[in-house]
Amino acid sequence: MEKIRVEKLTKIFGGHVKQVQNMLKDGKSKQEILAATGATVGVNQASFSIEDGEIFVIMGLSGSGKSTMIRMINRLIDPTSGSVYLDGKDIASMDKEALRNVRRQQLSMVFQNFALFPNRSVLDNAAYGLEIQGVKQDERYEKAMVALKRVGLEGYEQQYPSQLSGGMQQRVGLARALANDADVLLMDEAFSALDPLNRKDMQDELLELQEELHKTIIFISHDLNEALRIGNHILIMRDGNVVQVGTPEDILTQPANEYVERFIEDVDRTKVITAGSVMIRPYTVNIDTDGPRVALRQMRANEVSTLMVVDSKRELIGVIDARDTIKLIEDDKEHKVQRLDSIVNHDVATTTADTPLHKLMDTFAQTSMPVAVLDDRKKLRGIVIRGAVLAAMAGREVADND
Amino acid sequence: MTNLFALTSVPKLPLAGWIDSFVDWLASFTGFFNAVTNFVAGINAAIQWVFDLLPIPLFIIVIMALTWYITRKKPRKWSLLVFEAVGLLYVWNQGFWRDMTQTIALVLTASLIALVIGIPLGIWMAKSDIVQAIFKPVLDFMQTMPAFVYLIPAVALFGIGTVPGVISALIFAMPPVVRMTNLGIREVPKDLIEAADAYGSTTWQKLIKVQLPLAQQSIMAGVNQTMMLALSMVVTASMIGAMGLGEKVYFAVGRNDAGNGFAAGLAIVILAIILDRITQALNAQGQGK
Repeated sequence: MEKIRVEKLTKIFGGHVKQVQNMLKDGKSKQEILAATGATVGVNQASFSIEDGEIFVIMGLSGSGKSTMIRMINRLIDPTSGSVYLDGKDIASMDKEALRNVRRQQLSMVFQNFALFPNRSVLDNAAYGLEIQGVKQDERYEKAMVALKRVGLEGYEQQYPSQLSGGMQQRVGLARALANDADVLLMDEAFSALDPLNRKDMQDELLELQEELHKTIIFISHDLNEALRIGNHILIMRDGNVVQVGTPEDILTQPANEYVERFIEDVDRTKVITAGSVMIRPYTVNIDTDGPRVALRQMRANEVSTLMVVDSKRELIGVIDARDTIKLIEDDKEHKVQRLDSIVNHDVATTTADTPLHKLMDTFAQTSMPVAVLDDRKKLRGIVIRGAVLAAMAGREVADND
Repeated sequence: MTNLFALTSVPKLPLAGWIDSFVDWLASFTGFFNAVTNFVAGINAAIQWVFDLLPIPLFIIVIMALTWYITRKKPRKWSLLVFEAVGLLYVWNQGFWRDMTQTIALVLTASLIALVIGIPLGIWMAKSDIVQAIFKPVLDFMQTMPAFVYLIPAVALFGIGTVPGVISALIFAMPPVVRMTNLGIREVPKDLIEAADAYGSTTWQKLIKVQLPLAQQSIMAGVNQTMMLALSMVVTASMIGAMGLGEKVYFAVGRNDAGNGFAAGLAIVILAIILDRITQALNAQGQGK
């Protein structure tokens, strides 16, 4: 279900709005517009939609407009034009009162540099959102405690932010957002200020929390690995324009243009590319109907040395290779053998389509045999061969055998 | 060059005349200025009444107890308490006690009014760049104009005595607290303001719960400066009949009496140090967290 829809959202800083819009229509670049008018294009005609309960990552380098984009969603920055629909209501055209209510009840924000109030205890920080809604002290402390417990900060509630480490401070920031029980979390480079180990911990925790809470999370990041790790969908921005929106795999396997391609160059692809995206159509023989001679002909026709053996329901039985097949035929001078059972190797590694490749590395280290990809009813969907994995790791287009 | 010579032939602008007529015109609002006079005199008299009620030894104890209380969370400075005891006993011994309480009453009156006007003005300046652009030069003017100059229209409008002294002191002393309030609020980190907004704070909630608490240190530094400037001005205001320690110094100047001049001057120094340290301690209190 769609939670948020952004339509033609545009922000132009520094006036000359009409002129800039015309220049944008003529396809002028951000730099040309800046030189001609002195105005900066923050975000240009962005449109996308975010599903309920997903982690949607907006990523780009600094100056790409991602911070402006997230701030237009809760209107810390007023859009120049366009709409942001949250549950069908347009935030961009709300009056102050309505906007305040949306911010209080539906949108919580986590900031890059934590933005904790230094004069308030951890507990009072976490309870801030409830406090300004006029929730009574007992109740708001109770809810804030639940949120603090959730992020692992029980026992720290009387401390002040300056007494905590960066990672713990950001947990307070997260607790402040959770205490409100808003259904949308806006996270602005929330983990960027943390050291790498802490960042990974926080990502893990966010994913764990998400499994439990199913919030809609809009996450800003400049770190592609982070985006690929936590994002259900990723939006890539450049110079205020949306370059590509897609799943992590879409981005890696079908980069929209050279810019995205360069962006994804140094990613550890094995963590993102799944068996499903590199698998090829298997050449099979049916154990119930096909004999060794059919199998050998198949191998020759397709220039392969192994065949997957399935039954009539296309459930995997095993694998045969060319040498065994030829031997079986040579030994069988009287054409008695009609079945392949005697040479089927049942010891085939299997996996599922959504398994990331790095989990298959061990298997490929031990065997040169293809790995069978099965669906949840154990039917054979495809096979992954060593060469395709290496090609994917090297970032080359994966052979499409359709 | 001819232009330069031409400039010297421009007749002198009658600025002094304009200001005189302006002051005369202002003075015609007798009702308003009488009301202000009564108001200011009332506050001053109330403070003075409390001071006169306290026996001197008790007064000294109250000041020391106040210092004790204010510095409770800090490592206590015993030297300050000792200084207060010795200094205040000196003032009592020299027979300046009543004069000193009069000076304190004047300083408190002027400072209180300066803060009541100055802090909201500072907040307003922080909220609006236009307001800031308007008031900045006004504040510069108020602070750099030689302090005596205020005394002249003050006499014309409020007569002589305590009230014109308080008024000129408050004009002279107000700029620091306005400036520091403005600065303190403007220096609250932007992401904290964003956080306050993002969670749906009203303007008022943002001010009370975020901006003022975070600007507190800066504002208190302004309060401290304002009180010190007010003290310097109420001493000067003895020239137009404001009572207190300044009066003693002023008389000594008139009689070329170096001894009594210094004795009274020392009492002012003692008072200044005590006021300064107490307001600074108040400030340090805020950052204990």
